[in-house]
Amino acid sequence: MLIETGETMPLRNSDDVVRVRQAVRARAVGAGFSLVDQTKIVTAASEVARNTVDYGGGGTLRIEVLRDGRRTGVRLTFIDQGPGIADIAKAMTDGYTTGGGLGLGLSGAKRLSNEFAITSTPGSGTVVTLARWK
Amino acid sequence: MSEIPILKIGDCLLVSIQVDMHDRLAMALQDDLTQRIVADRARGVMIDISALEIVDSFIGRMLNNIAAMSRVLDAVTVVVGMRPAVAITLVELGLALTGVRTALNVDKGLAMIRSIIDKSESADAHRDG
Repeated sequence: MLIETGETMPLRNSDDVVRVRQAVRARAVGAGFSLVDQTKIVTAASEVARNTVDYGGGGTLRIEVLRDGRRTGVRLTFIDQGPGIADIAKAMTDGYTTGGGLGLGLSGAKRLSNEFAITSTPGSGTVVTLARWK
Repeated sequence: MSEIPILKIGDCLLVSIQVDMHDRLAMALQDDLTQRIVADRARGVMIDISALEIVDSFIGRMLNNIAAMSRVLDAVTVVVGMRPAVAITLVELGLALTGVRTALNVDKGLAMIRSIIDKSESADAHRDG
């Protein structure tokens, strides 16, 4: 698998979440995604980016365009050094939230992705990686 | 005060969301609309989202909240113009927007609001008479 392009963006506030949506859209368009696939990965990015800002205390997003044979994909890696998630299985449950949201962020983002992984260490942060292939 | 204009047409309020909303802007719009329903004695609220490229769970919650608040204030909310790709994504995200009335476009949305208001007024007249 080849990484064609990559960029890293800061995620500190809700304005950065908007910038992330626009940057992910631009990469998905560049990778030749259909309108529905663009919309899915941008929506997934928006959900996880908001979590990084609201629960992770801010962090970064790395956007990569991948090439695997004839397949093209976009991979997003969200990293924060926040309090971490004690119970990932619970955090991935529809409707579970410790904030004021609907509790669909992580579970919804997973459904919108072809690949989804989350690792978290309480006290030192969370890494969420998701990818969608054309 | 949000940066999104709220237009008054008769007894309806019309909002057309033309920008990629950050979360604070969505909250401000929700507050402004609720204030305006009371201040303008509005019976209907139409929210045009045809320019929105995504609706995530935060914006979905805002639409749900506006619909619920307007219902409590005796007004009808209709969301119009959702793009097909947005609808597909919303359902997969797990957000059915069950409390929100939707119409394909502004014309159909206005007709829907009109018919709901007329029905409730004729029910009131029937009861009072």
